[in-house]
Amino acid sequence: MKNRLLWPIVALVALLLLNLIFTPSFFALRIQDGHLYGGLVDVLKNGAPTLLIAIGMTLVIATRGIDLSVGAVAAIAAAVTCVHIGTSPDFGTALAGMAIALVLCAVLGLWNGFLVAGLGIQPIIATLVLMTAGRGIAMLVTEGQIITVNNNAYRQVGAGFVVLPVSILISLAVLGLVAFTTRKTALGMLIESVGVNPEASRLAGVKSKTIIWTVYVFAAVCAGIAGLMISSNVSAADANSNGLWIEMDAILAVVIGGTSLAGGRYSLAGTLLGSLIIQTLTTTVYTIGVAAEVTLVFKAVVVITVCLIQSPKARAALSFRKVAVAS
Amino acid sequence: MLKKITTAASVIALCALAACGSGSGGAGNGTGSSGGDAITMGFAQVGAESGWRTANTKSIQEEAKAAGIDLKFSDAQQKQENQIKAIRSYIQQKVKVIAFSPVVETGWDTVLLEAKRANIPVILTDRAIDSDDTSLYKTFLGSDFVEEGRKAGDWMVANATGPTNVVELQGTTGAAPAIDRKKGFEEKIASKPDIKIVASQTGDFTRSGGKQVMEAFLKSQPKIDVVYAHNDDMGLGAIEAIKAAGKVPGKDIKIITVDAVKDGMTALANGEINYIVECNPLLGKQLMELAKKVVKGENVPARVVTEEGAFNQEQAKAALPNRQY
Repeated sequence: MKNRLLWPIVALVALLLLNLIFTPSFFALRIQDGHLYGGLVDVLKNGAPTLLIAIGMTLVIATRGIDLSVGAVAAIAAAVTCVHIGTSPDFGTALAGMAIALVLCAVLGLWNGFLVAGLGIQPIIATLVLMTAGRGIAMLVTEGQIITVNNNAYRQVGAGFVVLPVSILISLAVLGLVAFTTRKTALGMLIESVGVNPEASRLAGVKSKTIIWTVYVFAAVCAGIAGLMISSNVSAADANSNGLWIEMDAILAVVIGGTSLAGGRYSLAGTLLGSLIIQTLTTTVYTIGVAAEVTLVFKAVVVITVCLIQSPKARAALSFRKVAVAS
Repeated sequence: MLKKITTAASVIALCALAACGSGSGGAGNGTGSSGGDAITMGFAQVGAESGWRTANTKSIQEEAKAAGIDLKFSDAQQKQENQIKAIRSYIQQKVKVIAFSPVVETGWDTVLLEAKRANIPVILTDRAIDSDDTSLYKTFLGSDFVEEGRKAGDWMVANATGPTNVVELQGTTGAAPAIDRKKGFEEKIASKPDIKIVASQTGDFTRSGGKQVMEAFLKSQPKIDVVYAHNDDMGLGAIEAIKAAGKVPGKDIKIITVDAVKDGMTALANGEINYIVECNPLLGKQLMELAKKVVKGENVPARVVTEEGAFNQEQAKAALPNRQY
């Protein structure tokens, strides 16, 4: 366990050090209007949506599934809420809008669960349906417009602060809740057993299908909340760019965290680290001034390096001494 | 016996096929000759990444209806491959004219050559392509992005007092407006060596992008005097980031943007943005006129520029009530 988390930690520390070298003030924190302000706070705030989606994704991947539709679900949640709020500055309207959006997300999760557990379609195909169609639904809701809202209550979800950003507090609360319910009860073990062998689990008396439905609904609700954070951060719903490619970031976070795509054993701490690495990487690109043209290459190199140092074979090949000992 | 039945059946089937063939051929010729009235246009839009783009889409859809042109519209969601797919499907559907706003500047030669071979004229709107073969398209209708960058640069030079540190929020990497607006701006500020671009990064033309990049700049740059954003939406994102840092947008940090959409103009009138260079999205009418000419085979100029201006805070207050988009 410790060993599995070692390399992601090394990668994260290395990235942070890189920032420190280029921007000595990167770790500087100060109080601004009653809340913390600084580079690290930005990493937490902007990484919160990815973390939240990655938590849901971890459970889905643990059941040997995958959910590609989370980005589209995030866009739908943002679109529905902002259209509901409209020009209203009321607290109640914002709350109602968010509630409607999250219920809708749960329904979308049920749909994914139905395709995977009910009809037995492969998860990557089943969720691809909503990934493609979902953005269309979001566009339909917003009529292709960017919906700008001016509602202080809604702003708090993504841009608000209670010392720390509200968004990261929400994500960490969900992380704590999931860690508690899956690690302190048998639920985590049941999820892993479904991932290792759904049929054997069923024969052993585990309700495989119910568990699969549950994780997809949970992932969709997480995606919905993440969508609210993203749109609330700029007080606008943009059906086209809201949560675009966030499913890939979330899957990458889960994988960097050491959870296997083949299902079974999963690591929530690893997912937390993975999400932080990805957001730190994005922030690093902005702070150290990587030219826009080479941003993607820079990111690719870092991600490949992180994946390589996690592979025992690659590490062995790099270290001559170890190879000599082995032979 | 069985053999005879099969032969008979195949003869009947062949006749039916032949009939179908001639039938559809006739129909094809029919529409061909009366093509002057009902023009079908295939339009491949970039996406709906900003308020500007939505206004652009609306203008094209409304003006097509008004001009009696049958519009087939597709949204590429910022992906070149989606746009190429859309253009290919328009070629297969044998539309009379194809118009599109290229997502990026390069990589269009193959698909445009296919359109050329199918004798379908192509009109570029709003963004240009980078190709040696200018016969691939009939005309390019759109703004002059370099000129927009120059207008922003002119204002910067005229309003700079002492050494000025500028941070730049670029559009999508590789997109024509991002390249040209950067070029035009740099060209103008080159005359004043104390105006420097200290950081430049892409915000992908979106509000979230603009906000995230600006947040990082505010931490990594010790002194920022001016933000130059390649569109209003990134500028609006930057305003949020500046406010969160406890500074006053428009005063502590001045903001120049390009586009002049309604949300941007509102911020300009409220004093949060200092100068907006207009980029007019309402080119639907000009596009339909050009399309009709091109389909008739008339000559059109290879470059048609849309009319646009620029706004300071007072002008924005005056123009805002009549702003459509």
